[in-house]
Amino acid sequence: MLYLDYCATTPTRPEVIRSITEVMAAHFGNPSSLHRLGLEAEQLVAKARRLAADTLSCKPQEILFTGSGSESNNLAIKGAALRYRGRGKHVVTSAVEHASVYESFRQLADMGFELTVLPVDETGRVRLADVKAALREDTILVSLMYVNNEMGRIQPVAEVGKLLADRPRTLFHIDAIQAYGKLDCSVPRLGADLVSVSAHKFGGPKGAGILYRREGVELTPLISGGGQEQGLRSGTENVPLLVGMAKACRLAAEEREAGTLRLRRLQRHLLGRLAELPGVLLTTDPDKLEEYAPQLVHFTVPGIRPEVVVHALEEQEIYISTRSACSSEATEPSRILLAMGMSGERAASGLRVSFSPAHTEAELDRFADELGRVLSRLGGVR
Amino acid sequence: MHQPEAIVIRLGEMMLKGKNRGRFEKKMREQIANLMKAYPRAAVHEEFARVYVVLNGEPYEEIAAGLNRVFGLSSYSPALIVEPDLEEIRRRALEWVRANEPAPCTFKVSAKRANKAFPHTSQELGHLVGGYILHHEDGKLKVDVHRPDMELKIDIRQNEAFIFSESVPGTGGYPVGSNGRAMLMISGGIDSPVAGWLSMRRGLEIEGVHFHSYPYTSERAQQKVVDLTRKLAGYTSDRIVLHMVPFTEIQTRLNQSRTDSLLITLMRRSMFRITEQLAALRRAGAIVTGESLGQVASQTLPSMQVIQDGIRLPILRPLVMTDKTEIIKLAESIDTYDISILPYEDCCTLFVPKSPATSPNRQVVERLEQSLDFLPELEREAVEHTERLFVREREEDKFDEYF
Repeated sequence: MLYLDYCATTPTRPEVIRSITEVMAAHFGNPSSLHRLGLEAEQLVAKARRLAADTLSCKPQEILFTGSGSESNNLAIKGAALRYRGRGKHVVTSAVEHASVYESFRQLADMGFELTVLPVDETGRVRLADVKAALREDTILVSLMYVNNEMGRIQPVAEVGKLLADRPRTLFHIDAIQAYGKLDCSVPRLGADLVSVSAHKFGGPKGAGILYRREGVELTPLISGGGQEQGLRSGTENVPLLVGMAKACRLAAEEREAGTLRLRRLQRHLLGRLAELPGVLLTTDPDKLEEYAPQLVHFTVPGIRPEVVVHALEEQEIYISTRSACSSEATEPSRILLAMGMSGERAASGLRVSFSPAHTEAELDRFADELGRVLSRLGGVR
Repeated sequence: MHQPEAIVIRLGEMMLKGKNRGRFEKKMREQIANLMKAYPRAAVHEEFARVYVVLNGEPYEEIAAGLNRVFGLSSYSPALIVEPDLEEIRRRALEWVRANEPAPCTFKVSAKRANKAFPHTSQELGHLVGGYILHHEDGKLKVDVHRPDMELKIDIRQNEAFIFSESVPGTGGYPVGSNGRAMLMISGGIDSPVAGWLSMRRGLEIEGVHFHSYPYTSERAQQKVVDLTRKLAGYTSDRIVLHMVPFTEIQTRLNQSRTDSLLITLMRRSMFRITEQLAALRRAGAIVTGESLGQVASQTLPSMQVIQDGIRLPILRPLVMTDKTEIIKLAESIDTYDISILPYEDCCTLFVPKSPATSPNRQVVERLEQSLDFLPELEREAVEHTERLFVREREEDKFDEYF
């Protein structure tokens, strides 16, 4: 099997699975309980929080644990907008965000918030000038992703953070779900008030996420109850998953630099191979790789239905993705690629290959060979 | 500011007696080395009265925050590291000047040359680099040798040169341990950790003494004290010894003895006697408390007098004249405040009488204490059964294997 869909999810690391099962078996106490079993569970959660905070260069109390990246995005966006609606009703995001951001803003718009959706250039990047122009007296929230989950474009988040630094009444949320573990996500550098992270994108378990919330920023909780997570996300803590996520965080931070170098090599290699294939148009620009995340390559094959390619490769036990996993059921053109100005035909033919530092050039060669065969076979029935 | 590539750290310039200087410096060097362990790519060069850190991509801001926790450190400067070559020095110096925020209007260059093989004298170098910058920043910059906005310093070493301008003052004080050892009575409240921090800044090595009344107080209350001590341990490269004194027996017996409004006075006297015994065992020269004059019943002048009566060690009260708001500000700055306000009951809030004495009478207290003949034995036992913990900033614990 050749799994090349790491942006959709990563296999959980064996050492993470071990920690999760051990903690699940040995420390079942409720962190809120008064007795020793509760205290131990609480200590585990506290330790997980310290470790996660270290990897973002923030304070432990600035880390909120959630149940997923989508939940982190929802809590950040709706929680902040609802909390600060008295300050203003204007919110800003971009046209290429993940569905959990996009839909959260749509909900806010239905509630009466005024939404500005920033366009992107033909590479999928938000322009700083557009952000600047969109800001108004009553803008309370700007939300941008660090790395696009579909085609890997890096957004100028640190620059936007700088731009917003002297606007204390405008909060800045970064969806760093595809960036964490690959790019430097230290929050002082990003200048963000809120940052979302998801565990299963870097070897952690599904069902665990992080929302960094800068000290002093308030949120309206989406889930009320027993007051866990400083009252912002009630519900008994999932102690084993939080421990597993923290372990994955530590490993990701330790391996980030070496891993990124390795990912870049693989990316460059694969781009070289894809460039040779007739009919393939690269979305990832090989001449400007520093502007793209290192763990994926995106391309289009206009005229060919991408899900057919996915299934044809599946027969060879090679697994890649059309668009992002969360929206690959539909057959319409990609909202993201359309926003970049691609034609409907091209925007409906996107394919994403995403890998890990443990992959080899030989494996990517095998993928490229198979893809070439599949495309030439399908090319006849274009 | 230009992204720093190195840090020039100055240990010396302390107003120290010559004899101690070497030992004090050693303490600081140890602490810096300990700090740098977390940044393996950085290279550390030790020099007389200075430490040079070459960052090699490690984060300046984080390391600077760590340096701010080294007591006694004189100052440090973010710097560029360059080849000891005139053209290179000129080019990078200009870069450094241009990136300075806010942009300076006047400047001067001071060069120092440890490497006498370098072909220009310090004086010449000042002119050569200064002239070059003037030429390239034509009209924007002027030289002012008396009160420049920016003093550009060039330090030529054997194999490299450092360019820097800003000098960040250290936190002050003396290296931890340079003024001896003291026992800190630590309750878990806001004041005692701050008192401990102030003592450490003054060069004391502290050992914590905490009284717990389990099961009247919870394990969480003890954990809180460990967490507070951990924060203090961040200011030393050593561990902090924390003495956990079992106080349940004494406290319940005192409570049963109809001591009424004098309960707190008697309890505090007992705590001081136990702490003094522990101090003797640990060869500590003082007792530090977080007391602040008039704050609670036991911290009035008459109370203090009666409570400390019979204690021979000096009792240091760094906060005695400090307002609560100032104490809170300090607690926030050393990151102990959020832990201190966690709502677990400690033994000082247990069995508090409705109206504790603010002006206890010494003779009454002494007479009462003599009737409580069980006290010396219980106090001896408490010392004997005191548990000793070794607390580091980053604790290794039984849960480490999971992470």
